[in-house]
Amino acid sequence: MTALLSIRGLTKAYPGVVANDDVSFDIQPGEVHALLGENGAGKSTLVKMIYGLVKPDSGEMTMTGQPFAPGEPKAARAAGVAMVFQHFSLFDALNVAENIALGMAEPPAMRDLAARIREVSDQYGLPLDPWRVVGDLSAGERQRVEIIRCLLQDPKLLIMDEPTSVLTPQEVEILFETLRKLKAEGTSILYISHKLEEIRALCDEATILRLGRKVATCTPRDTTAREMAELMVGAELHVPTRDTRAPGAVRLALKDLSVPSPSQFGTALKGISFEVRAGEVLGLAGVAGNGQDELLGVLSGEIRAGAGMVVLDGTPVGATGPAIRRRMGLLTAPEERLGHAAAPDMSLTENAALTGAERRGIASAGFLNWGRARSFAREIIDRFDVRTPGTENAARSLSGGNLQKFVIGREVLQDPQVLVVNQPTWGVDAAAAATIRQAILDLATGGAAVVVISQDLDELMEVSDRFAALNEGRLSDIRPAQGLSVEEIGLMMGGSHGMEVAHV
Amino acid sequence: MDLSAINPVLLIASLMVAATAVMIAAIGELIVERAGVLNLGVEGMMITGAICGFAVAVQTGSPTAGFIAAAAGGAALSMLFAFLTQFALANQVASGLALTLFGLGLSALLGQGYQGIKPPSTPRLDIPVLSDLPWVGRIVFGHDLMVYFGLALVAATWAFLKYARAGLVLRAVGENHDAAHALGYKVVRIRVLAIAFGGAMAGLGGAYISLVRVPQWTEGMTAGIGWIALALVVFASWKPWRVLLGAYLFGGVTVLQLNLQAAGIAIPVEYLSMSPYIITIVVLVIMSADKSRAPASLGRIFHATH
Repeated sequence: MTALLSIRGLTKAYPGVVANDDVSFDIQPGEVHALLGENGAGKSTLVKMIYGLVKPDSGEMTMTGQPFAPGEPKAARAAGVAMVFQHFSLFDALNVAENIALGMAEPPAMRDLAARIREVSDQYGLPLDPWRVVGDLSAGERQRVEIIRCLLQDPKLLIMDEPTSVLTPQEVEILFETLRKLKAEGTSILYISHKLEEIRALCDEATILRLGRKVATCTPRDTTAREMAELMVGAELHVPTRDTRAPGAVRLALKDLSVPSPSQFGTALKGISFEVRAGEVLGLAGVAGNGQDELLGVLSGEIRAGAGMVVLDGTPVGATGPAIRRRMGLLTAPEERLGHAAAPDMSLTENAALTGAERRGIASAGFLNWGRARSFAREIIDRFDVRTPGTENAARSLSGGNLQKFVIGREVLQDPQVLVVNQPTWGVDAAAAATIRQAILDLATGGAAVVVISQDLDELMEVSDRFAALNEGRLSDIRPAQGLSVEEIGLMMGGSHGMEVAHV
Repeated sequence: MDLSAINPVLLIASLMVAATAVMIAAIGELIVERAGVLNLGVEGMMITGAICGFAVAVQTGSPTAGFIAAAAGGAALSMLFAFLTQFALANQVASGLALTLFGLGLSALLGQGYQGIKPPSTPRLDIPVLSDLPWVGRIVFGHDLMVYFGLALVAATWAFLKYARAGLVLRAVGENHDAAHALGYKVVRIRVLAIAFGGAMAGLGGAYISLVRVPQWTEGMTAGIGWIALALVVFASWKPWRVLLGAYLFGGVTVLQLNLQAAGIAIPVEYLSMSPYIITIVVLVIMSADKSRAPASLGRIFHATH
């Protein structure tokens, strides 16, 4: 059997980094092929070469035996390659039909296109209204728009870049049903992910990349998740551990917290109550945009609520600002690293001083002690293995994962009484993620109360004592994390967000 | 005070003339902003168009050649902005302000020796019978061609954005340039074309002032019309028909307050002079309170990264 797509020796170098080094593999017709690797392993560059967005330096591709070298996405689409992007590819202000028309070489008239959209979406169990504005759709529905945009081109190869990172478990099931149906019709799928259990459930074959090179091929069904993870990382994985101990007094309490969102497309928080005790980790799940940013803002003091709505060690602090809360021991690390957690163009020393000035004795009588700031930054870099030439480098110059280690480390090393983190390991490689999670657990063991907001369910199950989910600004019941099933978690997150389940 | 001296037919006819310059320039800027670029240099491109059009019309004796030269001059100046923002990736706000200052200086230089000259007059439409009809004849059939061009431009821009594929691509680029790039659209090329169109329209608007509205050349004669055009685009929520409405409102109040001044109304002249600006902006602010919003990539620098 001729392979649908053969990749031979693809190499692409950027100044200072080789993104892909001599990568070769085949995708068979009707195969679901997984592309596995950590952030920065070169997955994105590889698929961009297949989709014609990036030209390889050397190496070649063949499509059913014919040479295949797309110079631009249009050529790739004409050859039968379609791609569902992880993000950045929909236009919020345009409606579904317009969004789909933009991805087609020669779209039919809008009315005909709308009819085609309805037809295809029903056929694959992905109902969608062509006239709705994309900005009003849920994450799962937005992904449907992208998938249908691809399906309308009758692709031979469908590339999916981390498709499940924004979905609830129920929505993932709907997506997998659609993909299996496509596979049964003979469409090949190149599936990029780092969620190993999903790959084991869906994929026939996996290619594993590390630092731009192919390190292994395996059959996911016959390989354990742990084996695949170790192939990705190239080292034995350290699984965070903790000593369990009885929780202490209540450190942080939210009482019937309701605030409107400061941004136009934000989510208002509605009637949220919870308590976190000393030595305890509370995990909060939820699909992005369900109130996570607003909740962090309320806890950090960026959004003011009623004084009694946020209680820290018995003191109402809902109406006080971040500096006072920090002095009292409530520290926060927001999700957005550049521009929120860190000032991009300031040095690491300056960034360390920005939140650590008070608790680390860097500021006194209005003057800064740069020596102490520098040694604080140095301590963070050493303790959290931040890869950077020195403390005077700008925050912007660090890679995402390294900066994440820095901003989390900066809060952890300030000896917080209560720590709130949002997406603590987003974009961080597995080894660094383990370090960060271990630091969070150590804090709890030391008697701090920790709130972890994350979209990574595996991470939450690993660190949390108790678990709840945010859904459209409301908090689900809080349940002990031990023994929760994926099904139950999915329902807490809002099930399939009002989307119809696929009937295929 | 004698309000009966104000002739409503003449008032409407002259408000259409008063509105045309700002309307054409604003439509040009609307296209630029819909493509995601904020060009604050409208005033500079207008005044450059005004002198280019004036000089060429005087030299050749043909107003048509003047208008073509004005569009070319405005577009040429806008290419400087396009180079700075699309290729050198300079800040759009600073580049636009610089363009305005540069345009004002350049026009003063080019205009040396053209002061106090009368340009060839731009003919008005004169259709037998129709143009002589009472009321309708003067208002609908009695203008110079640029007035009709302005109206056609609004309609064409609306249809382009709503129905044309190129219009959809333009909106997509302004809405999310990363996504448009990922789909294979040429973001920079589309934006440069939009900037050139905006420059040409600003140039035409400027020439309309120097060749028809005033008609003569004086330094700085656009007198802030370019800034009003910018404000119109924002308060019209980036919608062509609302630009038309805003421009007519602005033109209408301008003409009316001049008539009121002539009629000797007992309001200080300064208040009357500021009234077109205030009334136009207040009305459009009220109208822009609906859900519409700016193109999401407006003013952001696009740099293709792979």
